[in-house]
Amino acid sequence: MSSEATSSKKPCGCCWPIFSSSIGRKWVVALTGIILVLFVIGHLLGNLSIFAGPDAMNAYAAFLKSAGELLWVVRIGLIICVVLHIWFTITLWRENLAARPQKYAVKDHLSTTVYARLMRISGLTVLAFVIYHLAQFTWEAFNPDYKGWVDAQGRHDVYRMVVTAFQCPFVSGFYILAVGLLGMHLSHGIASLFQTLGITSKKMRPLFEQGGLVVAWLIFLGFASIPASVLLGLVKTTPVLPACPLCH
Amino acid sequence: MSTMHFHLRLWKQKSGTDAGQFIEIDAKEIPSECSFLEMLDIVNNRMTREGKEPVAFESDCREGICGTCNMVINGVPQGPGRGAACQVYMRKFENGQTITVEPFRVGAFPIVKDLVVNRSAYDRIIRSGGFISEHTGGAPDASTTLIPKPVADAAMDAAACIGCGACAAACPNSSPMLFVGAKVTHLGILPQGQAERKSRARNMVRTMQEEGFGNCSNYYACEAVCPANVPASVIAMLNREYIRGELSEAVGAID
Repeated sequence: MSSEATSSKKPCGCCWPIFSSSIGRKWVVALTGIILVLFVIGHLLGNLSIFAGPDAMNAYAAFLKSAGELLWVVRIGLIICVVLHIWFTITLWRENLAARPQKYAVKDHLSTTVYARLMRISGLTVLAFVIYHLAQFTWEAFNPDYKGWVDAQGRHDVYRMVVTAFQCPFVSGFYILAVGLLGMHLSHGIASLFQTLGITSKKMRPLFEQGGLVVAWLIFLGFASIPASVLLGLVKTTPVLPACPLCH
Repeated sequence: MSTMHFHLRLWKQKSGTDAGQFIEIDAKEIPSECSFLEMLDIVNNRMTREGKEPVAFESDCREGICGTCNMVINGVPQGPGRGAACQVYMRKFENGQTITVEPFRVGAFPIVKDLVVNRSAYDRIIRSGGFISEHTGGAPDASTTLIPKPVADAAMDAAACIGCGACAAACPNSSPMLFVGAKVTHLGILPQGQAERKSRARNMVRTMQEEGFGNCSNYYACEAVCPANVPASVIAMLNREYIRGELSEAVGAID
């Protein structure tokens, strides 16, 4: 029946059709999105240990490092999720662009939200931020001094490193901007994954949309509270170093 | 009877291969109780009398049930308000307002002429799975197949789709998922639709992709313009049905 609709755009037959199909790829994006959201929430809860003081945060960091190979299993898993999440989104996006060769002269956003329309920009900015963030705090590439900072118990002084970095308004500013975009991304992403996975209904959708917005705001406020507290002087380290890891 | 004045920007395009452009028309003395299509009829009659070629547009029932008329009025497929373009009345516009009328901009709906697009792609999607293989014959007793009222209501809500194409036209990605979801939901939740249930979503989604439509990004612009009020929850049902069908085929499951 559909054989009449002969076209060269047939989903590729060499791979499992799910991964070439419109909905199958969206499922991959949604499922990897869930893993990444759970990581973000876990990361936030860990980071909030900064408010419990240097000892708590350094102990938490030492605990993570002690995971050894397991840490690499998690890291590789997350990298695979990020790659799949972005790769499938890009292939879908390219098809979406091709599906409307001529744009409308008059554009009405109808009921689309700004969060939904900015998904690609927010997502790619967050990706750029994540690479910068890893370079700053994981590879410690901007300030080689970080590597030598240890606390009284001989653990890596993560607390001092983070507080020092956030004393620079540029570092804090970019961080707050990035987590703001992350929040925007998640407000659409969290609500959207229930629709994509088909676990919603007419009745439940408004709840998922409000829930997504609330979770996104909590994640944003949680992350942003750390640089904000450092800038406001609520979280301090001694000695206070005026040097900025970017500027000096 | 009050009359109104509008500044129209209407899309003129000789054929699918022609570039096309907007023409500017001052539509004077339009009765305020005119429907949008009646306004276009008046403008076209005047153009014909002046020896100019009128603007081609489609219409049939002009009472909002057939889905034939389709155009984008000021960026809104099927025009402002709920209902098809024929249900838009000129009194809803401001006197002297500029109104831009464009055809649906969907790659899978090639332009035939002016505001007329070819929406056969939707027919091909339906042919690939939007049916049931029930034999016709003597009507069975109504009580033979019991269907709970909420299921019948939900199936009816989905079946209300008139296949007008506004969902794909409104979607920033030109995705017809509201249309496909409506049919998959309508037939998938009724007992009569169970025979083809596994293959239906799979085949319809494959055809949708072959036709060159885009993918759903959960913008819900479709739901906002749908003249038949089809809810976007049918897309969630389609997502579920598709994966179930595809997984069944992948693992060779019969049931």
